[in-house]
Amino acid sequence: MDPRTQYALAILLLPLASFVLQIFFGRRLGPRGVWISVMAVFTTLILAFSMLLTVALGTPMEHHPEVMWFSLGDFYVTLGLQLDNLTVVMLTVVALISATVHLYSVAYMRGDVRYTRYFGYLGLFTFSMNGIVVAHSLIMMYVFWELVGLSSYLLIGHWFEKDAAASAGKKAFLTNRVGDIGMFIGIMLFWLATGSFTFQGLLEAVDVEGLNLFAGQATLLTAAGILVFIGAMGKSAQFPLHIWLPDAMEGPTPVSALIHAATMVVAGVYLMVRMFPMLTPDALLFVGAIGAITAMLGALIAITQFDIKRVLAYSTVSQLGYMIMAVGVGAQQAAFFHLATHAMFKGLLFLCAGSVIHAIHQALHEEGDHTTDAQDMRNMGGLWRKLPLTYITMIVGTLALSGVPLFSGFLSKDAILAGTLAFARDHQQWWAVLFPVAGFGAAAITAFYMFRLIFMTFHGEPTDSKVHSRIKEPPALMTVPLIGLALLCLPLFFTLPQVDPFRGEGWLAEVVYQEENLTGHEELGAEHLEHGIHEAHGTAVALSLSVAGLGILLSAMFYFFGWLDPKEWAERLRRPGLYQLSFYKFYFDEIYAALIYRPFLWLTDAIAWFDWEIWDQWFIDSWGRNTVRAGNASGWVDYNWLDQIVIDGIGRMTRGAGAVGRRLQTGRIQNYLMWALAGGAAAFFLVSSI
Amino acid sequence: MDSLQSYLFLSIILFCFGLYGVMTRRNGVAVLMGIELILNSANLNFVAFNRFGGLTETLPGHVFALFVIVMAASEAAVALAIIINLYKTLQTVNVDEANEMKG
Repeated sequence: MDPRTQYALAILLLPLASFVLQIFFGRRLGPRGVWISVMAVFTTLILAFSMLLTVALGTPMEHHPEVMWFSLGDFYVTLGLQLDNLTVVMLTVVALISATVHLYSVAYMRGDVRYTRYFGYLGLFTFSMNGIVVAHSLIMMYVFWELVGLSSYLLIGHWFEKDAAASAGKKAFLTNRVGDIGMFIGIMLFWLATGSFTFQGLLEAVDVEGLNLFAGQATLLTAAGILVFIGAMGKSAQFPLHIWLPDAMEGPTPVSALIHAATMVVAGVYLMVRMFPMLTPDALLFVGAIGAITAMLGALIAITQFDIKRVLAYSTVSQLGYMIMAVGVGAQQAAFFHLATHAMFKGLLFLCAGSVIHAIHQALHEEGDHTTDAQDMRNMGGLWRKLPLTYITMIVGTLALSGVPLFSGFLSKDAILAGTLAFARDHQQWWAVLFPVAGFGAAAITAFYMFRLIFMTFHGEPTDSKVHSRIKEPPALMTVPLIGLALLCLPLFFTLPQVDPFRGEGWLAEVVYQEENLTGHEELGAEHLEHGIHEAHGTAVALSLSVAGLGILLSAMFYFFGWLDPKEWAERLRRPGLYQLSFYKFYFDEIYAALIYRPFLWLTDAIAWFDWEIWDQWFIDSWGRNTVRAGNASGWVDYNWLDQIVIDGIGRMTRGAGAVGRRLQTGRIQNYLMWALAGGAAAFFLVSSI
Repeated sequence: MDSLQSYLFLSIILFCFGLYGVMTRRNGVAVLMGIELILNSANLNFVAFNRFGGLTETLPGHVFALFVIVMAASEAAVALAIIINLYKTLQTVNVDEANEMKG
């Protein structure tokens, strides 16, 4: 077996082994046994990193082993691995975040009722996610796609004793299923159009037809692309299927970091980057529009949330919208770049939030207070003195997310914004301008709400001084991952060997840049796009710096210096209804409840009523009733006519005859004698008359 | 008056008396007496036919009449015994009341 295949298989299967071990032997191994899982995931990190090194040092990975899975006549499905540069980078990102989260969870989850099972599920998730990454075909990806959905469901519902957690898991699973149905139909349409499930086969198919832009099959491919994207919408929490992600915060915080910030939710982005060459311009426009809407929507909702994890969740929604929008405008490398940097700083932010929550929860627990919400930012404040390490690392993550120079987020966000500017310049229509507007708008709002989070959590006066005095930094097992991820927010890890923090070129761009990824997109041909992005770069930097600065400044005016009163402004915005719109998340849950859940319940009620009252009670039971009726009628006929008249008639006739006949039988000898005499006389006369 | 018709006429009167007695009497003894009359009317017929039928040599009518008298005597004995038993059981000699076996 090829060593590349061996490496990939090892990375894929080690977490699965960890899952099997924890599920079946976790209890016997005890809490210390989770270290085996941690070791397994760290091994995958080492393997992935060694592959990444090979690739980064200039040996491009291009290996596609496959074996037959099953065949039905001419139709066949293969199992295989898609090993190229994109895969290797993605594997490293997943392994890195997964390893960090495993390590962090050892301390965070200590003392949990289902400690080992939690690590088993983490293993299952990592296995599924790696499966998505290495899948060589849409079918195989779909399998792991569902497995990711399942493990996400299990992990969100880890504390299933809480109703909120249990229903959040269900909500996530079902919302994902909605997208997955679209994806499955999309896969079938792609097969119809190209006769292939594998990415290689699809690439070859569009390559030939791509000479004149998906000749003849543009509509079919557009439909297929949009349908597959609907699957990505579900997993990547895009409008209008974003509703599950904020609720998924009911899961343990490290899970939020792993699944709902860094890996699972970017699976959709990864899929779109993979599928980019197969997407028609129309499909891409749809993708971009959805991304832009999501980016703005998530950012706007995040402004007014008070739950620290929900702010981060909506921030994730918004950032995922960014990536999707980048794919839509043709800057799919920027999308992938942002995916990688976002995984680091959003993972970091979640782990920091987890550290804050952990510390507050611990303090509240010692105080004997079990009612105060440990995640509500209004119960925090002034924490920076108590949690200096968490504070510093969280600041790093926030700066990266806000797109401040010298941090990784700046570069990737900038690349996306440059992409939208280039797109707007290419398309001279009014709506094309909306993409950069959404991009920069979301960037400004992101800076605003992230610093709002920082100021509310770490600055100002503590709400409860008694609790505050008990707060202490979490153990090293939790802070070491924070420091590690904070370091990875520095741009040079993504741009080596060049170290200029204002330039995005480097090994990652080299590795991800794949010319054939642009097949079929002459319109947005690689060089043309590259050129446009390069030209827009300067403008993008200037604009993004100013909007980020504006956001941070505004946030500081509200929450740090206190020049503006947030409550007063909330009142002011409440009047035209804008505040409520954001606070109640644009009423999406209510709208879905009114348009989908409730009509659905009515429909089911109506059908149930019809089924019971009409079908069961009336129709089915009428068979019984009619049978009874027919039986009664036939019984009546049988009794009244046959029995009473015919049968009893014979009896009556016999009795009547008997009644007549027995009058002769008087028992008086004289009577008999008289009859005999009469008979004798009659015989005599008869004989004598002859 | 010495002719067959006058004998037969007497025999018919006897028979009718006897029959009348059998049919109208409810007393068992009286019925028995009626039967005796009927038997004697038959005897009278036997003897009359024997004399006017020219069978004076062998006298079969007389023999028959003797047999009938013997049989009537034994019949009267048996019937009286039955009537006595009837009386013992039912305290009556009335034949109408002996209807135990009537369905």
